[in-house]
Amino acid sequence: MAKRIDVSGLTAYYGSHKAIEDISMTVEPRSVTAFIGPSGCGKSTFLRTLNRMHEVTSGGRVEGKVLLDDEDLYGAGIDPVSVRREVGMVFQRPNPFPTMSIFDNVAAGLRLNGSYKKSELGDIVERSLKGANLWNEVKDRLNKPGSGLSGGQQQRLCIARAIAVEPNVLLMDEPCSALDPISTLAIEDLIGELKERFTIVIVTHNMQQAARVSDRTAFFNLAAVGQPGKLIEIDETERIFSNPSVQATEDYISGRFG
Amino acid sequence: MDISTQKPQSPPPLPQPSVTEQKRAARGATRPGDRIFLGLTRGSGILLLVIMAAIAVFLTYRASLAISKDEGNFLTTFEWNTGAVPPVFGIAVLAFGTVVSSIIAMVIAVPIAVAIALFLTHYAPRRLRGPISYVIDLLAAVPSIVYGLWGALILVPHLNGLFGWLNDYLGWTGVFSWQDGPPRSMLTVGVLLAIMILPIITNVSREVFRQVPQMHEEAALALGATRWEVIRMAVLPFGRSGVISASMLGLGRALGETMAVATVLSPSFTIQTSLLDPGGGTFAQNIASKFSEATEFGRDALIASGLVLFVITLLVNGAARAIIARRKEYSGANA
Repeated sequence: MAKRIDVSGLTAYYGSHKAIEDISMTVEPRSVTAFIGPSGCGKSTFLRTLNRMHEVTSGGRVEGKVLLDDEDLYGAGIDPVSVRREVGMVFQRPNPFPTMSIFDNVAAGLRLNGSYKKSELGDIVERSLKGANLWNEVKDRLNKPGSGLSGGQQQRLCIARAIAVEPNVLLMDEPCSALDPISTLAIEDLIGELKERFTIVIVTHNMQQAARVSDRTAFFNLAAVGQPGKLIEIDETERIFSNPSVQATEDYISGRFG
Repeated sequence: MDISTQKPQSPPPLPQPSVTEQKRAARGATRPGDRIFLGLTRGSGILLLVIMAAIAVFLTYRASLAISKDEGNFLTTFEWNTGAVPPVFGIAVLAFGTVVSSIIAMVIAVPIAVAIALFLTHYAPRRLRGPISYVIDLLAAVPSIVYGLWGALILVPHLNGLFGWLNDYLGWTGVFSWQDGPPRSMLTVGVLLAIMILPIITNVSREVFRQVPQMHEEAALALGATRWEVIRMAVLPFGRSGVISASMLGLGRALGETMAVATVLSPSFTIQTSLLDPGGGTFAQNIASKFSEATEFGRDALIASGLVLFVITLLVNGAARAIIARRKEYSGANA
């Protein structure tokens, strides 16, 4: 189920622009790892290299290794489509399929895989919605469009959609930045529950959120605008926020930056 | 750089509008610029309605003059003899020909247009998109009489092979049997119309597909969708109503096309069960062929047929709107 991610020497480009340089880290299974850092430091780009979504952007390419347990995601003969079926993703803005019902949204990934029995589909959808703490709010209107839900509900619908296919890893790209504080709290609680089953990586601009939800925190920074982003340090969240080993990290989290 | 996320801050107080400003906002436009613009836009809207009403009144009045003297049944007669005493004419053949040729054109053109649009937006390499789009725009700019000439001189002779093949393999259905005569039939008209409406459907569909939000496509990709599955899950459903609108624009052109049809069709006041046998006619083609030599009464009769075309077009557009509205909540417009 939950797998370990081992990244070594990863560099990502947009065309000729180097967005992140030489990043190596290990993400532990069944834990939450948060990426923090200033805008443009490449933390979202790095996140997107973990499920090969980076190369969807035109000009996007990657050098280096990403091992999911022992399998290199960028190895020869690895199909990016199958990588994305193993590594789920939740985006900054809730993006349920507007043309699908709530039920169909959750079932979308399963239908792509085709790896389910017809009779099981309803159960899996129910389990996924329960897993995303959304079941009680939508169980009476599963056939209504997902776009009719509130922003926070839509984001939980997207989480339900992502976990329905039982991925090994769940990537979250600023999942709460478009949400109000109450919805944010609901998602944060959910993340705490989901880490029992999944390896979770979350990018956030909100340092309190990183402190609240994550077990480990990685701080990214860039030397100057136009320079590639780099991993400054990764450590236990507690230590990053109390006694980081690099001065830049301390400056950033205490707001004395730049 | 943004570090304000560290501490919760109360947002800066918004400037409160004064009482007079609030009243003004509630009352609506009071500034001269707003008033002028309001007048212009409202006037344009009203003008459109007036023009539509004027056309409808004109058509109905002239048509009623002719229909009241028609000895045959206006809707079912297979004849167009306005010079006879008493006059006998009916639109059955024209309605059949117009609808059938347009349906053939749609069946051929819509799938090809959608495929081209998808290719341009999702498959074609960037440097190919410009040239291909340009060629399609050129296709839209060709005058219809040129299509007609090309159809008569190039398309018709080359259809002999296709018609023979259809007759050999599908002739038993009756719909694709071909006795004899030049290939100037409803299918010929349909093929030509398909080529003519292809550019408009392609262009509008391309714009619709291009506007599919990136985040919907990424949602599908992140679930492990292949390129085709992204198109099926995110692009086509989102573009559905747009493609229907595009098809209606094409259908409108097909229904009303005149010169090209008149140039390739061998008209006759008969309904052929086979799409391959020459004969039949369409509203616009019939009006164009007969108008210059028609008497005053003959013109009224032709106008009556034009009124029917007008009504058919309205019905088709209404049906299209109903289809789009039926699934409005799923359209993605509120996403």
